[in-house]
This record gives sequence, C-alpha cells and structure tokens, in this order.
Amino acid sequence: MGVRVKSVLPVLTVILAVVLIWIIAVVPMNMHLTADQAQRDGLIVAPDTPKARQDFSGTRLAFKNPHLISLTYVGKRPNLPSPHQVAVEMYKTVFGKKITSKRSLVYHGWVTLAPTLLGFVMGTLLGIMLAVGIVYSRVMDKSVMPWAIVSQTIPILALAPMIIVVLGAAGIHGVLPKSIIAAYLSFFPVVVGMVKGLRSPDAMQLDLLRTYNTNNSQGFWKLRLPSSTPYLFASLKIGISASLIGTIVAELPTGAKAGFGARMLVGDQYGQPILSWAALFAAAITAATLVGIIALIERGTLRQMGMKSA
Amino acid sequence: MTETSTIKAEGLHLTFETNDGPVHALKDVNLEVKQGDFVSFIGPSGCGKTTFLRCIAGLETPTSGDISVNGMSPDEARRARAYGYVFQAAGLYPWRTIGGNIRLPLEIMGFSKSEMGDRIKRVLELVDLEGFDKKFPWQLSGGMQQRASIARALAFDADILLMDEPFGALDEIVRDHLNEQLLHLWARTQKTICFVTHSIPEAVYLSTKIVVMSPRPGRISDVIESTLPKERPLDIRDSAEFIAIAQRVRDGLRTGHADV
Repeated sequence: MGVRVKSVLPVLTVILAVVLIWIIAVVPMNMHLTADQAQRDGLIVAPDTPKARQDFSGTRLAFKNPHLISLTYVGKRPNLPSPHQVAVEMYKTVFGKKITSKRSLVYHGWVTLAPTLLGFVMGTLLGIMLAVGIVYSRVMDKSVMPWAIVSQTIPILALAPMIIVVLGAAGIHGVLPKSIIAAYLSFFPVVVGMVKGLRSPDAMQLDLLRTYNTNNSQGFWKLRLPSSTPYLFASLKIGISASLIGTIVAELPTGAKAGFGARMLVGDQYGQPILSWAALFAAAITAATLVGIIALIERGTLRQMGMKSA
Repeated sequence: MTETSTIKAEGLHLTFETNDGPVHALKDVNLEVKQGDFVSFIGPSGCGKTTFLRCIAGLETPTSGDISVNGMSPDEARRARAYGYVFQAAGLYPWRTIGGNIRLPLEIMGFSKSEMGDRIKRVLELVDLEGFDKKFPWQLSGGMQQRASIARALAFDADILLMDEPFGALDEIVRDHLNEQLLHLWARTQKTICFVTHSIPEAVYLSTKIVVMSPRPGRISDVIESTLPKERPLDIRDSAEFIAIAQRVRDGLRTGHADV
C-alpha cells in the first residue's frame, strides 16, 4: 500500500499542476472572445470597442474587467475550453450516448482502437521478423536497418493520405489501410529494441552454447529470445502508443467519418474546440490504458521468468 | 588410473592479428595431459592460459601445431561434447531456475525427461546444492551460483572439465571451501580437469600437474608434477612440501617475467 501511494502521488501532483496552469490559462486565452460576447449581451466592458481591446493582452483585459472572468469558463466556442467543459463533454459522449450512436466517444474510440490493435500486431510481428533477420544475416544487417531508419524520417502526415488513396484505388478500404499506417509507425521501436535484445547475450553466453555444440535455432529459442524479453516489452510500450498515433494521423487528412481523428477534425472545422479536446483526452486516456496493460503483462511475464522488471 | 593421454599439444602457435599488429598469444606450446589429471595453468595476464584452454575447447583455432582431445581434433571433441566448460562468471540464465539451468545442456543434447531429472538431482548433490533446483539464480550467493554452473558442466557426463578462473571473483573464504569441494568432486568423478588460475596456493593445492606460463609471447616456462598426496586437507598448505612446490611455481613465474 505504501509503495502504491508513493508511486501515485508524484503522478497526481503533476496532473494537479497541469490542471491548475490550464485553469489559469483559460482566462487570458478566452478574454477577448468573452469581452466581445459580453458587450453584445449588454454588459459594460472596458475598453469599449473590440479594436481598442486588441491593444491589450488577455491578462490586462482580465484585470480591467474582473466581472467577466467567470464568463471565460463557460463560453460556447472558447479558444481554450476549461477542464470542466471538457470533462462534461467527455462524460456526455462516453456515458450519455448509446455506444452505437455516431455521437458516442465509445463508438469513435472503437473505430480507432480496432485498427490500432491490428496495426500494432502487424508492426510487432514485422519488427520481430526484421530484427531476427538483421541479427542472423549480415546482408540484412547492412541493408534493412538504414531503410528502417529512413522510413521514420518521412513525415507520416504526408505519407498517410498517399497510402489510403493507393490502397483505396486497389479496392482496400476500412480497417486495413489505417492499420498499415499504424504498423508503419509501430514496427520501428520493435526492430530497434529487438535487435538490441537479441544481441544482448554476451560473448561468454554465446561461447557456453558453442561448448554444447548448439545450433542456431536452439541458440535463438533458449538464449537470444528469452534475453530479449525485457527489451521487447520496452519496445511494445512505445509501439502501441505509436500505433494509436498512426491510426489517428491516418484519420486526420483523409476525411474519415469516424474515429478519434475524425472527431478532432470535426471539432476544428466546425468551431467546436470542446469536441476536439474531448477526443484528444479520450485518445490520451486510451493510449495510457494500452501502455498500462502492456506494463502489467510485462510485470507478470518477467516475474514468471524470475526477472525483475526495469 | 590408466596412463592414456587425454589432451596432447605439440608445437602449438596462435597469433591474433590486431590493428596494432600481430599478438603472439601462444608460442611453441607442448603439453600432455593424462586421463584423470588435475592440471592448473598459472601465469600473469596475457600469458595465454585462457587462450590455451579455449584451444582445447575448440573455441579458438591455433595458427599452427597439433592439438588433440580424446584423440580427436578440438572441434570434433567439441561437437562430440567431450568436455564441460566453466567460465569465470557463473553465467546462469536469470530466467531459469537452478534446475532449469542445469537442464539447458541436457535439453540441447536431447536427453529424455526422466533422464534429465535424475541427472539434475545427481549433479546438484555433487556440488552440495540439494534442494535448490527450484530457486532462481538471484536467490543464491555468488559461490553457490558458481557451484551451480559447475553442476551444469557436469550434467552431461563429459569426462573432461575445463575451468577458466572459476573462483576468481569470489572471496578467499568461499574460495577455500570451493577448492576443497572441487577436490572431493574430482576424486569421486575421476574427471580430467584443466584449471586456469591466478593464485599460486590454489594451483598447488588442487593440482597433480602445474603448468607455469609467461607472457609476450605466451609460452610454458615450467611444468611441475606435484608430489602431494591425493588426499589433501586444507592444512596441507602449511606443510614444507606444499611450500616448496609453491616456491618453485613462484620462481617459474619470476623467470618468465625476467626474460621479457
């Protein structure tokens, strides 16, 4: 129990600090909008023209009009929604709608989650296969690794629409194109981690196996693969969040109708930032949950293997 | 004990090509090890004692000269699993229990399940680790881990045991204890043991034959047949005979250094 409190407390402190900064930032961020609206609603605002107000910073305007501060938290289309607005929107769209509804965040969440998981599995398998090839074949070591690195320097935002369009032309729609983009982002940490993991046994360990006249596949299953397990889990944690980001990015520039990415885009395009923010937080919570699940599996596996997790 | 030679090296040379030019790791090494011998290799760093052990194991290939192990080339002997090798570090797999670690060579060599169980039990008893087969390596002390690694090397019944400074990283009290145990083990199993060490008392206490080596180039400067009896309590190290042999080893090491 003491350990749990100790590990939760720092996290809570950081969250609290972020929320506090957020709450404070809402006032200056929304002050001009709020002042304009207040004036239209017949309230007294100083200075009394929008043009004159432009010369003031949000903070100074707040000091001049303290009676408007509370209004900055309730605007319908704020520059920066307040935390409670986002929380209310999330509650409404997560619990307040049927999960089959197009307005339910759970529905959009699943639309994003399915390709994320599929892409993660694809990326992980591809990453492991490439890593095995790189470790066992000199030719692959020299040829594949540079390309793997280059692949990650191409902006995925530019690549995603191309992949969707090309696959669409080939008649492939739905989950798979998004999964491919997710896999494209998630295979890389797995390759890097697994190459390092499979190479982690030292010269002595390898010599020991030679004294047993061990063949390559025995060496792989008995030494290299188990040695790489901690590295694999570190990579999987990065890979799954990369996979989620890949899926969302795949939804953004391609006019997707559903998913967290589509939800963010709709919020932006129709001037409903609260909607975008709710989707953003839902995506962040989803990512944290996925990473948390992998961390739990990691802990269980390493404990089973008699190793302590890093 | 039969007087057949288990390991025989004639005119062995080994040169490593490095960026700073060739390094003569072994120069004209001639040695015969009889079956059942306990041979220690002693000398300063760089004298080639570990390299020679690795040549016997087929982990290094000599540049020239002949070496045979059980009448085969070292590589054939390695493939025939003729020896068990104990490294300086225990090198147990952290994800396997002690029993699982000992099972590793048995799995690789394809022993049957029941046979594995019997052998694990037997070798654990040989190194005094009965009841530890379910423990993980981190639950054992350094000395116990090294004993487990010896058990692992014994598990598949190779009649040669190659040991590369197996107790080098342990403190002296543990080391004395393990040396005593190793002698018992050697007496019980009748194995041929090649043992690399830095320690003069350890070499004299354990060996029937002490090979003194000197560096640059790595070569044998003296071979001492020990006159100590096979039965050796720890306090034999205070006897005049022991001290005389130790003195001869020391002299051998000094001469080796003098002509560098």
